[in-house]
Amino acid sequence: MEKTQLRRQLANIRQSLFDQGFLDEQFVQLEELQDDANPNFVEEIVTLYYRDSSRLIVSIEQALQKSPLDFNKLDALMHQFKGSSSSIGAKKVKAECTQLREYCRAGSGEGCLRTFQQLKKEYTTLRKKLEAYFQLARQAGPIDSACRPK
Amino acid sequence: MESGFSSPRSDVFPVGLRVLVVDDDPTWLKILEKMLKKCSYEVTTCCLAREALSLLRERKDGYDIVISDVNMPDMDGFKLLEHVGLEMDLPVIMMSVDGETSRVMKGVQHGACDYLLKPIRMKELRNIWQHVLRKKIQEGRDIEGHDVFEGLQILRNGSDRYDDSQFLRVEELFSVRKRKDVDKYEEKEFGETCSTKKARVVWSVDLHQKFVEAVNQIGFDKVGPKKILDLMNVPWLTRENVASHLQKYRLYLSRLQKENDPKACFVVGMKQTDSSLKDGDGNFSVCSSLGVPQTDVTNSSFSFSGDNFLQNVDSIGCEADRKRVVQEQTSEPKRAAATELIKTRCTHMKFNNSFASVESEGKLAACYPWVEAPQMKLKQESKPHQVQINQLPSVSSISSGRSATEKDKGSSIESKAPYSEDCSQPMVHLNPPKASTDSCSGKAKSFNEINDHFEPISTATAPLGVKNQNVIDLSSISTDLGSGFPFSSFDEDLQGYLFQDGCYPKNLEQIIEFPDYGDPGIFTEGPTHLYDAMRFGYEYSYDPTEYPVIDEGLFIA
Repeated sequence: MEKTQLRRQLANIRQSLFDQGFLDEQFVQLEELQDDANPNFVEEIVTLYYRDSSRLIVSIEQALQKSPLDFNKLDALMHQFKGSSSSIGAKKVKAECTQLREYCRAGSGEGCLRTFQQLKKEYTTLRKKLEAYFQLARQAGPIDSACRPK
Repeated sequence: MESGFSSPRSDVFPVGLRVLVVDDDPTWLKILEKMLKKCSYEVTTCCLAREALSLLRERKDGYDIVISDVNMPDMDGFKLLEHVGLEMDLPVIMMSVDGETSRVMKGVQHGACDYLLKPIRMKELRNIWQHVLRKKIQEGRDIEGHDVFEGLQILRNGSDRYDDSQFLRVEELFSVRKRKDVDKYEEKEFGETCSTKKARVVWSVDLHQKFVEAVNQIGFDKVGPKKILDLMNVPWLTRENVASHLQKYRLYLSRLQKENDPKACFVVGMKQTDSSLKDGDGNFSVCSSLGVPQTDVTNSSFSFSGDNFLQNVDSIGCEADRKRVVQEQTSEPKRAAATELIKTRCTHMKFNNSFASVESEGKLAACYPWVEAPQMKLKQESKPHQVQINQLPSVSSISSGRSATEKDKGSSIESKAPYSEDCSQPMVHLNPPKASTDSCSGKAKSFNEINDHFEPISTATAPLGVKNQNVIDLSSISTDLGSGFPFSSFDEDLQGYLFQDGCYPKNLEQIIEFPDYGDPGIFTEGPTHLYDAMRFGYEYSYDPTEYPVIDEGLFIA
């Protein structure tokens, strides 16, 4: 019963992540990939993403500190970041990446800086939510934490 | 049909499809790996383009398809795409989070069979096998008819002339071809008539000439199938035809480079060269910069001045040597020589060497003015690529290139004319019934032709002092080659064996492997005709008219 409740809770949280636009279809794809061979696949991928992208964030920050701003380099970094974020379906983060790239192309340093702050916010928010989600999933038991029929 | 996949597949296609995934993003790499595994494919991942290339080169037939990201730190995805297409001729799928039309277009232009947008769905990956299948079918069509038959012919003709060792080489020469070809070839057995093969684009001398001219005009560096096609202005020719021909041509060139390596000291005692050839072969892989329009490929490989014929092929080490050798010769015809060499080398079919060697080869080209190395600037980047270019397409292109080259050396092999005179040596006569018809003999024929061509070339170089030697050597070499290919029409042969997959006699592989087959002597003879493999065996009945054929013939796309 508790498990059932937990699972229901989990399902709700999961749904809200989609509803609120934090995650997109890609996340579902990841869930579908999860199987007996990789029972924690989604979590592994998300962890990998955050580990790898944190390095990217540092690079972007460094690039933003340069003066004058090297928009090409920034754009390239953002492209990478966007690609990475698309891997887990981080919808809002991706949107910020796109926005930042626009500013790069426009050559707006201020726009870039501002957007980057926004991006970091989304990035961190998502991480917290996902961490909580996975924690609950572990508690709820080894059934498809993704709550998606296989 | 031929084995499509080198590794045995117990399951039904596409199960077990061997995919190589290249992406610098570790998250995506993991996801893709999982997705592909779910499709029951065999996945290999790597995060660096260079690593991917070396993996591919290590196991030429180890993968069926490559999926690569467009943006990678060490190498541009498009470049990787080009390399793979040229060296391995595998289908490549590009991926990117950026779906801008211009980028997608670029991908397609560079030869990608598909361009996927990230995030990638499973269902998109499920269908990638269609690209593999499509390619196989295309290849099958390409190979048909030319190589197999010719190859068989050559083998058949030559077999009785050479001892086992020689024959073996010939075998290798032929087996070098792509697996497809080999299968085809094997099926044919000797003497089988492939005349029933479907009509395939026959890269006649003229066509090849046009091709080479186009390549030269564009500039080997910037060459691309579409551009070539446009320039060639042959209505019925498709971009694919040109692309595969170009690939072969590049391989051929790189091979030549390799061969040009000094190892081939054909000048004297070609036999010696044999050994050097062997080395050279090994080097083939070194250079292979896939046809990348490197610097003057022609230089290196073409400058066969006869002696270095083989050397040109070797890129890496050979360059130095070649240069040395080449220097003796007129530097100018570098191209030409290179072309010649390439031709000969082509026979080896395996272009392992990078074009780098071609550079040095260029010198050879110098020797053979007519050998105008196809303008391809085989600029050798000297990349020690292990490009195993099985195709000799470049050979032909070289020939044609020659004509196209500025050098005008007499029109590259084709023009052989100038050399014809020289070739007084009867020894090398390209005995092959010039019947260009041998399409059947396919490759084998080409070899012959090449040899034939070489002969004249060598004669040409004779002035360099090798001529006589060449002559003599040549004959010996031929024997060595054991292929005794009856090079009928040179051009055809060239074409046939050059890259026809099926046609090359088994030896082809060997030949490619070891520059040896080419018998340095052969090379000395001058024309870098692809006679590597070809030389063996066929009597050289020097037919001046043949030369021109060679060029074209060589490169039968």
